[in-house]
Amino acid sequence: MGLEQKLGNMGVVTMSAEKAINWARTNAIWPMLFGLACCAIEMMSTQASNYDLSRFGMELMRASPRQSDLMIVAGRVSRKMAPVLRNLYDQMPEPKWVIAMGDCASCGGVFNNYAVIQGVDEIVPVDVYVAGCPPRPEALIDGILKLQDKIKKEPLTKWQ
Amino acid sequence: MEQTVTTANLDATVAALGDAVNDVRVFRDEVTLITTKGRVVEVLTHLRDAQHFDMLTDETCVDYLPKEPRFAILYQLYSTSRNIRVRVKVMLSEYDRSIPTAAGVWIAANWLEREIYDLFGINFENHPDLRRIMMPPGWEGHPLLKENPVKVEEVAFTFNRERVEADKPRAQE
Ligand code: SF4
Repeated sequence: MGLEQKLGNMGVVTMSAEKAINWARTNAIWPMLFGLACCAIEMMSTQASNYDLSRFGMELMRASPRQSDLMIVAGRVSRKMAPVLRNLYDQMPEPKWVIAMGDCASCGGVFNNYAVIQGVDEIVPVDVYVAGCPPRPEALIDGILKLQDKIKKEPLTKWQ
Repeated sequence: MEQTVTTANLDATVAALGDAVNDVRVFRDEVTLITTKGRVVEVLTHLRDAQHFDMLTDETCVDYLPKEPRFAILYQLYSTSRNIRVRVKVMLSEYDRSIPTAAGVWIAANWLEREIYDLFGINFENHPDLRRIMMPPGWEGHPLLKENPVKVEEVAFTFNRERVEADKPRAQE
């Protein structure tokens, strides 16, 4: 921070590139429009005017994985859907994050059976787990804020 | 008002089918005709043409595991013109899991039989397209058979948590 003394009060802020980039990433996460089961209803209401996810820079749900940074796995993932989910994850450009929303996505929930993946972390790496069946929109927003805290601390070298 | 095949018109139906029907059960006004695998297509065709059961609402299977005969194939029929319902039941042995297809009688049986094949492994003879319909194409086994375990994953408590977590598959980046 030696620049101010030399240049005077010119409104210049200096910070590390890492901080600046993480700040930009944190406040413009575009989630993917991807609902799998009942939890998706809560994800939609999180998005809608009552809870208004756009307060956190997430007003755009992208319908294409190639335009999104965050995959909210909202609901149970059947074994038939699993390769599709992984495919979508692989199509997302880095940096990318995953939130497992609800008990089903986190650990299989009540569906401890042959048809459902026992936690989406078996097929994609998960950053934040949100508990609840379904989690209320407040819980999802809390999960997203936790993710934002995590992104702020991420080293730049993680996404190469 | 909706009614099932009543005892009044049931006798005529059963008489017309002759010895193709082994047994008739009436429970709470629901009629079940029990037949054999060799004559089921004949019974179904008669019910469709002579008794106007023009709709196959469902076809399904039951696995009564310790018992023999082990499987039951059930046909739920509905007549739109008469507004009555009837059920046809065929018992199948554990050692002969095959039955002639009903897809030639009602086209709706095509996918219903694919579902039974997928989940119970019953082979439908002369079925036009007997492939899996629910499970992924590479799936091994038939998940609704009773010999399959109910749970796929041990439930984690404090005493077994570490072992359960260690066995769990994890995704790579
Ligand atoms: S956690 Fe509950 S609400 Fe969410 S997908 Fe599973 S069953 Fe549905």
